[in-house]
Amino acid sequence: MTQQIIIYPLFLQIAISIILMFSWNNIRFQKIFSVFGSFVSVVLAGWVFYYIWTTGTQTVQAANWSAPFGITFVADTFAATLVVLTSLAGLAVSIFSAATVLKDRLRFGYFPIFHFLLLGLNGAFLTGDIFNLYVWFEIIIISSFVLITIGGEKAQLEGAVKYFTLNILASIIFLTAIAVLYGLTGSLNMADLAGKIAAVENRGLVEITAILFLIGFGIKAGVFPLYFWLPASYHTPPFAVSSIFGGLLTKVGVYALIRVFTLIFTHDPFLNDILIVVAIFTLVSGGIGALVQNNIRKVFSYLIICHIGYMIAGLGMFTEVAIAGVIFYLIHDIVVKTNLFMISGLIFRLRGSNSMRALGGLYAEWPKISLLLFIPLFSLVGIPPLSGFWPKINLIKAGFAESNYVTVAAIIFASFITLIIIAKLWAEVFWKEPQELKLKENFKFFSKSTTFKKTQIVLPIALLSIVSLYIGFGAEHIQELSARIADELVNNQGYIDTVLHAAK
Amino acid sequence: MMRTTIILKTASNYLLPVLLLFSIFILLRGHYLPGGGFVGGLIASIAFILHSFANGLHKTKELLVLHPGYLIPLGLAISFLSGLAPVVLYDLPFMTGLWSHDSVAILGHIGSALFFDMGVYLVVYGVTLTIIFTISESA
Repeated sequence: MTQQIIIYPLFLQIAISIILMFSWNNIRFQKIFSVFGSFVSVVLAGWVFYYIWTTGTQTVQAANWSAPFGITFVADTFAATLVVLTSLAGLAVSIFSAATVLKDRLRFGYFPIFHFLLLGLNGAFLTGDIFNLYVWFEIIIISSFVLITIGGEKAQLEGAVKYFTLNILASIIFLTAIAVLYGLTGSLNMADLAGKIAAVENRGLVEITAILFLIGFGIKAGVFPLYFWLPASYHTPPFAVSSIFGGLLTKVGVYALIRVFTLIFTHDPFLNDILIVVAIFTLVSGGIGALVQNNIRKVFSYLIICHIGYMIAGLGMFTEVAIAGVIFYLIHDIVVKTNLFMISGLIFRLRGSNSMRALGGLYAEWPKISLLLFIPLFSLVGIPPLSGFWPKINLIKAGFAESNYVTVAAIIFASFITLIIIAKLWAEVFWKEPQELKLKENFKFFSKSTTFKKTQIVLPIALLSIVSLYIGFGAEHIQELSARIADELVNNQGYIDTVLHAAK
Repeated sequence: MMRTTIILKTASNYLLPVLLLFSIFILLRGHYLPGGGFVGGLIASIAFILHSFANGLHKTKELLVLHPGYLIPLGLAISFLSGLAPVVLYDLPFMTGLWSHDSVAILGHIGSALFFDMGVYLVVYGVTLTIIFTISESA
């Protein structure tokens, strides 16, 4: 039963956390082992992906209870791809954490919790049971509460309160939705639900349940009226923490939305309209929000919201081309957003500030680093042939095919506004005349760090930039992958059959 | 330090072993009957919390020798390995229950579920005592 390898990534993450907890006080060992473990997880995730790519969707029935009754772990191409991306982002952030997170934070179990967060993310991607999905979400948010408050600075706690309140609310709504769903159908297995929901007579109640899911996941993903917690909290924790949050936490909300709205609540024009309206408002409000911010991390936080809009818009259009665009965008976005927050950390190390007004002259002083940072920043904008360009083609093509011109306009508007923001950022931070550098005591500037530390900070950014470049220049491969995932998601009968009729 | 009555002080000395035994009883009773690792762990930690109320925190810490926080990873490891055993030994799915052929006196058939519960017991015990000790120290 080699198909068990699909849950090996979960085993690995939990094993890493346990070993790290055993060496609670040995920070040096924790750093080395976390990086080593993350590297192994990349290899393992690659292996799982290759296995899924060659053999198709695979399932594991936990504790050997067969499908609709037990908890099923399902790895389709979508889940496997996200596991690979999670482990890549995990590796980059693990290296980055080792160099930048303060010792006071590491002493309170930063690394074990970090790997618990990755465990939760991998679990959420791999599970095929909606209640189990809730449990993984809980693991994610509990770990993230610890990571966001660790260190206990005043600003941090203020952000954490907002983050905590809205995420708990989202979890409650999600749980309520599951309860209603269970009351309607008597099942929690997502593949089983797909068939049972279609047979429910009371369509009104089904739609309300779907809206509850939309609200629950929407808060976590940061869509239009529900995103206020995100820019209020993402700029307060350590840079390494905001990069894993920015890269993956909102995306797991998007993943759940995609999963639920392609598998359980499908072919409902009312829901699709709501998704599209929400997406348009998200694109516009996120973009405009980013325009007026001065703190780099706040700019990036609003850009996360803005770009979530692309994915929701594609999901709302619900054609194979649009979904392929969504998946492509998701792949590109995880890599780029993780990288952006690490970049803000690097800039902070270079100049001791994150305010665009106070920064300047980076290009003159650090030309090589600036050229490296050029890649992710302009991948985000989507200057062809960099990675942000290709998924938008899919989305715009789908918009025209559906004659959904308002969505197309919103997508173009958001791309344009992203371009303006990044151009402004580039001009302010890299090209402007350098400001007087305020020297701070007890602050390690990048220039004063050892070469080893410098490498530790630049290497993860370079790693993810290379991945971004690959997504841009190897767009053909990613497009093929996205098309295959979109095909699996839209024609979901294959997924359902694999789960329900899996041989033991 | 809290002022305590001699009744509580004397009673806690007897209650500590009784509660610990009871917690193990509850742990073993689990699976088919109400009980299990979670409740067992809570009862075990209550035993020590009561002891610390009566005799002071430092006395309880002396009694424990090892800080309960160290039991958290140990418990996690035991639970994790009990789930992993069917995968490694018989190539069965994760967490499949394995049961011994021969029954042991008092306990009956021993299964991997018991080890999972023991892990939970240790984690709950470790977490509860760590939280309570930290709060009482800072108070």
